[in-house]
Amino acid sequence: MTEEKEHREYAGQFRRSWAKLKRNKAALFGGALLLLYLFTALFAPVLYPGSPSAPNLMISLEKPSRDHFLGTDELGRTIMGRIIWGSRVSLLIALGVISVGLVLGVPLGLISGYYGGKIDFAIQRVTDMMLAFPGFLLALALVAVLGVGLKNTVISIGISMIPIYIRLVRGCVLSVKEQVYVEAARAVGSKDFRIIVRHILPNVMVPITVQTSLGMGTAILFAAGLGFLGLGVQPPNPEWGAMLGSGRAYLFNAPHVATFPGVAIFLAVLSFNLLGDGLRDALDPRFRI
Amino acid sequence: MKEQDKPLLTIEGLHTCFHTLDGIVNAVDGVDMVVYRGETLGLVGESGCGKSVTALSVLRLLACPPAEIQGAIHFQGVDLLGLDREGIRRIRGNAISMIFQEPMTSLNPVLTIGEQIAESVRLHQNLSGKEAWRWAETMLEMVQIPGPKQRAKDYPHKLSGGMRQRAMIAMALSCNPQLIFADEPTTALDVTIQAQILNLMQDLKQEFHTSIVLITHDLGVIAEMASRVIVMYAGQVVEEAPVRELFKNPRHPYTQGLLGSVPVIGKKAKMGRRLQEIPGVVPGPLETPGGCRFHPRCPKVADLCRREAPLETVLGEHRRVRCWLAA
Amino acid sequence: MSLLEVQDLKKYFPVKKGILSRTIGEVRAVDGISFTLERGETLGVVGESGCGKTTMGRSILRLIEPTSGQVFFNGRDILRLRGEELRKMRASFQIIFQDPFSSLDPRMSVGQIISEPLRNHLSGSRSEIKDRVAHLLNRVGLHPSQMGRYPHEFSGGQRQRIGIARALALNPLAIVCDEPVSALDVSIQAQVINLLVELQEEMNLSYIFIAHDLSVVEHISDRVAVMYLGRIVELASDQALYENPVHPYTQALLSAVPVPDPDMRKKRIILEGDVPSPIHPPTGCAFHPRCPARRNRCSRERPELLDLGNGHFVACHEK
Repeated sequence: MTEEKEHREYAGQFRRSWAKLKRNKAALFGGALLLLYLFTALFAPVLYPGSPSAPNLMISLEKPSRDHFLGTDELGRTIMGRIIWGSRVSLLIALGVISVGLVLGVPLGLISGYYGGKIDFAIQRVTDMMLAFPGFLLALALVAVLGVGLKNTVISIGISMIPIYIRLVRGCVLSVKEQVYVEAARAVGSKDFRIIVRHILPNVMVPITVQTSLGMGTAILFAAGLGFLGLGVQPPNPEWGAMLGSGRAYLFNAPHVATFPGVAIFLAVLSFNLLGDGLRDALDPRFRI
Repeated sequence: MKEQDKPLLTIEGLHTCFHTLDGIVNAVDGVDMVVYRGETLGLVGESGCGKSVTALSVLRLLACPPAEIQGAIHFQGVDLLGLDREGIRRIRGNAISMIFQEPMTSLNPVLTIGEQIAESVRLHQNLSGKEAWRWAETMLEMVQIPGPKQRAKDYPHKLSGGMRQRAMIAMALSCNPQLIFADEPTTALDVTIQAQILNLMQDLKQEFHTSIVLITHDLGVIAEMASRVIVMYAGQVVEEAPVRELFKNPRHPYTQGLLGSVPVIGKKAKMGRRLQEIPGVVPGPLETPGGCRFHPRCPKVADLCRREAPLETVLGEHRRVRCWLAA
Repeated sequence: MSLLEVQDLKKYFPVKKGILSRTIGEVRAVDGISFTLERGETLGVVGESGCGKTTMGRSILRLIEPTSGQVFFNGRDILRLRGEELRKMRASFQIIFQDPFSSLDPRMSVGQIISEPLRNHLSGSRSEIKDRVAHLLNRVGLHPSQMGRYPHEFSGGQRQRIGIARALALNPLAIVCDEPVSALDVSIQAQVINLLVELQEEMNLSYIFIAHDLSVVEHISDRVAVMYLGRIVELASDQALYENPVHPYTQALLSAVPVPDPDMRKKRIILEGDVPSPIHPPTGCAFHPRCPARRNRCSRERPELLDLGNGHFVACHEK
């Protein structure tokens, strides 16, 4: 009986957060939408066998019909197929960007916040400079230096995310490191590295998780922006932003070419943002009941 | 019947529960008590025993839901639970007021002390702005704040902890209430400041003939201030007694344990370094034990205590115990 | 030789202002404190908020870097230790914190919390460490099966026991107890005090017991130091201090303690005003603006802490 009780209490924190998340209809909607995208990306070859990039000029710019659910583009490729395959590209970019931001931003934020002093000053001034540019402009400038393509899109947007993580993590570290349990760890002779990894990092994971969800939405949006300008993923690869860009020319005679990729981008960003907001409320112990 | 002997406040069968994600928490579970004019009633108990929730229920300061209040609360014959929002608002801060433990969080940081006192007077007493301000200054003088005219213009953060608690008392007294709930009024203060505040409360009580319900966990404060004491445990009254009676002849094992576990200066010389302790932990809000609620910690526990919850046994006037041993 | 000898310990915090954070003054939180602590002894430290007792406790452990002074622990000056030496010293000089809620990392299990000092200082196998943790849990009155639980699942008193187990893990010689029972319920307070007393007798521990509750300090201490605005104003054996307080501040402090006995409603010495700000401490004797027995001299000269005999030290011109 006691074991059962123990198990119940052990799961308490998670259960409470999950219960709060379940009540948040918007977050659930975001999560469901995200699962749909994930499913689409994983099973793209099953959902749309064949190449999404093969042109078929016989059927260019066809309106949505039974054969082509969302119509075709100027080269006669079905938009449905390109959106399905495009979800792979977008999610891949989002994952890549976040990895770059996390791997570089989180350690720098931890170091900056924990040690303070000169290291902090140096990191913060560089961060200030990077944040002085609007994020998209920074990514644009980096693409100009690195060149176009999938890899460079990921790198440049990823770098523009780093200062956001540094700021966020540093701020949280400043408050966590004043907690008595950090002092207690020092008092029992723990080394700095152990304190940072075992005490501080786990206690700043919640804001990092939330930022990761929101950041993925931003990454997709930025990637689409670069694609739209022709500076991102290059054709004929199916990328939503590039699809939107090429559809722009036919906005009047074939509006579906630009509309559907636009809707895909909108819903993807929306899903990440709704989920991120929901996570923020659910994981925050201050919001009870 | 003399005016003195008429009850000012009667609480009968008060049940206050909270609906939470984890289930229903019965914070107050069947509490009866009476407060007379001009007396200081001590309400003692440990965290989670329901002493503060009782006070908040009387003033209806709990958000409903998640809280749910049942029972009967009569103040000078008026049913407080039957009043509408406007009715209870007229009583709050006017006929019944409250002093909180932490004066910093219960004062508004963006209004001056004077403005806050004047506001409550204006709301309830129909005074003009100028009169109310002058009254605020008078009140601050009454609670012995030095330079009251200057202090009235200060914001709360400029005052020390003791001064803020004085300001809180000034605010609580500003409408000349008949009853004050003082919830751990000196717990956050240093002992020399606590002595000042306790002296002040005694003086003011004499002067205004206000009834005070003093909620605290500190038996020393109770012994100095209260004339009658109610001990609560896990949402219930376990013992009531006049103050001398309670300290000389505690009947409930919980009260006995509480008195034994407090270190008192000079006790070590007589009793040695081991304090009498009450074993176990204070039960959490969702794990109220069956039978007598104190039985898992009680040194005198019998089979009956585990099976059945004891009722209150009346031993005399204002003398009752909830224990099978007394029944 | 005493286990611990503190000499003229000072900790001044700079007060900074403006965007360039220029130093415009200093808070003399601890302003020249000296005392000794023997093996197996408990030194109580009492004083009101802002008197510097907590800063003092943290400074001798170097959790806060003191401004100056000497702290000899087991013959070595702690303030001169560097890096690894300091870290190793911490194995034998521990601290128990006031707040049982913030002093345990909420993301760590009880087993992880208590094993942290072991992992820092010893090299034992997993099962050895686990055995030691189980033993420690047992010793502080918790069940070893609770090792996998997290701090939020425990009550305040139990959490404080976990903190005590962590401090005991490496068999320290001395522990700074910083208000270890003031956040606890009355019935739980007694349990924790008894536990501390038992552990002391068993392990011959020395305690520096910092608290604002004079009754608790009297109960547990062999000697007591009274602090006011960063200095010790009186230091004596517990009996001498409580039965025959000499400093007017000690007298007022003792008279202000409410006694849980309605027949003992006594005459309180009510001090005027509040504790002054340590940024602008009064000249001369820091207590003189509130002192009922002050003289002209008190506002000019600072009294030294002098021995009245039998190790009863007082800092007051009157004596």
